[in-house]
Amino acid sequence: MSERQIQLEVLRYNPETDSEPRFQTYSVPCLNEWVVLDALNYVKENLDTTVSYRWSCHMAVCGSCGMMINGEPKLACKAFIHEYGDQIRVEPMAHFPVERDLVTVVDDFIAKFASIKPYLIPKEEKPVSAGEYKQTPAELLKFKQYTLCINCMLCYAACPQYGLVPQFLGPAAISMAHRYNQDSRDGGRDQRQEVVATNEGVWECSFVGACSEVCPKHVDPAGALQQVKVASTIDWYKEHLMPWVKK
Amino acid sequence: MGEEMSSKPYVREIPKTTWFLRQARYKRYMAREVTCIFIFAYTFLLICGLGALASGPEAFSGFVESLRSPLGVLFNLAVLIMTAYHSVSWFVVTPQAMPIQRGEEFVPGNIIVNAHYGAWAVVSLIILIWGM
Amino acid sequence: MAKSNKPIFWSLFAAGGTVTAFVTPALALVTLLAAFGANMDMFNYDSIHAFAGWWLGKLIIFGIISLSLWHAAHRLRVTVHDFGVRADTVVAYTVYGLAGLGTLLTIVYLLRI
Ligand code: SF4
Ligand code: FES
Repeated sequence: MSERQIQLEVLRYNPETDSEPRFQTYSVPCLNEWVVLDALNYVKENLDTTVSYRWSCHMAVCGSCGMMINGEPKLACKAFIHEYGDQIRVEPMAHFPVERDLVTVVDDFIAKFASIKPYLIPKEEKPVSAGEYKQTPAELLKFKQYTLCINCMLCYAACPQYGLVPQFLGPAAISMAHRYNQDSRDGGRDQRQEVVATNEGVWECSFVGACSEVCPKHVDPAGALQQVKVASTIDWYKEHLMPWVKK
Repeated sequence: MGEEMSSKPYVREIPKTTWFLRQARYKRYMAREVTCIFIFAYTFLLICGLGALASGPEAFSGFVESLRSPLGVLFNLAVLIMTAYHSVSWFVVTPQAMPIQRGEEFVPGNIIVNAHYGAWAVVSLIILIWGM
Repeated sequence: MAKSNKPIFWSLFAAGGTVTAFVTPALALVTLLAAFGANMDMFNYDSIHAFAGWWLGKLIIFGIISLSLWHAAHRLRVTVHDFGVRADTVVAYTVYGLAGLGTLLTIVYLLRI
């Protein structure tokens, strides 16, 4: 296998000693089939044990290794070395505060994600004896793509509106709300709309589409948000022009 | 969380006016957004034409004359380019905003986009034939 | 948090974006040819006057102009914010005011034809 010497520029930030981040370059002998995460692991094991970054699965399912690779939001375990030149720059995900090196503070996303109630809220409680909730393949298709989200937050790192207006609920949270709203077993849409249909909810989105371009799971959050806008607009007209119609 | 870890996370500021220069996709987005300025201006031109039409033949031919200047050519050319960009950018995202589900499958996005392009061609042709 | 009233403007934005995507490039091509000096039928006073005098013609003209305006106005509001201006209320009144004015003028002109 061919080997290539890569100059890996890593953003370093130590909150105890640094007032601002700086870049440190490591020369890494990379195999061509490596991903950027392998290069980072090489640095950690052989060159500098102090470099901090998150990862776990090494197979694009845990969603923890998101970072900016040459300015683009990527999963480090899915970014192949052979797609890059001899110089690769890695930075923590944009739009999130830097905790240390490549590790970001993601509490904001977690709080927002929880706020849209990302779980089934059945229309009415059914005793177990009443049997399972049945769903046809056509009903499953309505939301299946949104279940693929791995909460990697790359869409937040890509979304300029989230960067500019940090209160914005953001792509993955709204897509997940849409996922449950579209589920035939769910009856919680009204509760989610209280958060989603606000100015800082879906209406902060201007359909830049960057989230869908970077999403490693092809969730297409941008599409979900437009569909949420259409549905919220229909709600608005119903509520204001036909208040007697109960949803 | 929080306390145990860093007491001072570093916040990277985003330049409020020049943020979109950082990525090609942001520039494409801004190009799409500024098409609205041309649509706005062109629509007001149409309103002026309508006003002239309401005022009678002299006023109307005056309006048509006023179009015939290098500036008029330049303006209309810019409008043509920018509005065509708007149309393309609008049609390519319709399958995302309004997916069509047929039973257990989605209608492929490119069929929806091409249907829009087809309709766009027909409408444009009607306008051109009628306008010539 | 209160639910947003943006749906009013967004629905006009979306409808207008669709209308203008279909018709404006072709219209602009016609006016461009006219600007080059071609004798376009669209600028023949009698034929366009007849079209604008017909009720359906009025409706078509009104639909195209007003929806294009509201589309552009709403997008401009967002764009101004994107360029870093943080004065949304003033901007909103201005752009929607312009669109409202244009809509009003269109109605007045159409009624006079
Ligand atoms: S929508 Fe895509 S980019 Fe966003 S968190 Fe989910 S998997 Fe990641
Ligand atoms: S390490 Fe799990 S997604 Fe990359």
